Amino acid sequence: MEATFNPFSLEGKTILVTGASSGIGRETAIACSRMGAAVAITARDEGRLQETAQQLATPPAAMVTADLTDDDQVKQLLAALPPLNGAVLCAGNSTTLPIQFGTREKFDEMFDVNFFAPVELMRLLFKKKLLQKGASVVLLASIGGTHSFMPGNGVYGASKAALNSVMRYAAREFSPRRIRVNSICPGMVDTPLIHRGTITEEQLAEDAKKYPLGRYGRPDDIANGAIYLLSDASSWLTGHDLVIDGGFSI
Amino acid sequence: MNIEEFIENFASQLDETAPEEITAETRFKELDEWSSLTALSIIAMVDDEYDVIIKGNDILKSDTIQDLFAVVEKKRR
Repeated sequence: MEATFNPFSLEGKTILVTGASSGIGRETAIACSRMGAAVAITARDEGRLQETAQQLATPPAAMVTADLTDDDQVKQLLAALPPLNGAVLCAGNSTTLPIQFGTREKFDEMFDVNFFAPVELMRLLFKKKLLQKGASVVLLASIGGTHSFMPGNGVYGASKAALNSVMRYAAREFSPRRIRVNSICPGMVDTPLIHRGTITEEQLAEDAKKYPLGRYGRPDDIANGAIYLLSDASSWLTGHDLVIDGGFSI
Repeated sequence: MNIEEFIENFASQLDETAPEEITAETRFKELDEWSSLTALSIIAMVDDEYDVIIKGNDILKSDTIQDLFAVVEKKRR
């Protein structure tokens, strides 16, 4: 018998995590390193990215401060990356805005960050063959893209729905290289993103009661899902949107 | 910015309450139709019309439209 049976190990894999300076991205980077992966991290905020680096189980395989909506900075990131066995694209933003205020400008701002940036990065990682054969790509979508989970999330939700659509096509097209592409659709997760004050703390507490499992998600709830999708445990899973939402969408 | 115009902008976010019923002294959260979506619309309207970002708490702490007007005016400076 093997000493330890662990199909979720990331030992020997190199994983890129974007949005690694905060919330789900930071937690995912730390969790991957604790599962044995060498982790490359990127985000816009250098100071907070450094803090993540210090919390990794092993020093980062690469650490690049970059705004992924900027082509030149994406180029610099790609130049610094080692060959990858996985990528978790967490960088994103949200806005709470009723549809009647959702101008083209507001949609563009949201789509630049939540859709065009991760899609462009995934495209280049594949095209430049930075993603090795058998690699796993995980996109952070949202139940906002599959359900209308809260008023005011139409602009945000549309960007995540679009991301899920590209995920499925990429899964099909990348399969000859045995590269898998999946997404995670979290419900509301307690990260700095949801505490910006448009929605009051009282309203958030009230909303959390709508979740059958009794609370909002924690970043580690999502990081654990990413570990599954990155590991060999999910070798036969591609083109899937994994809903992790405490039962909200049942 | 003046209060009359603010009241008008505020009233246009409402569907059930006649604009003439809305005054500076209206305790807006006591309106039957008040909801979290109305609050989001007010926040978006203030951003649009006055280029001021108010938060959910600003609405929570304001009782009357005059109160909210004062918050927006203060943040605008």
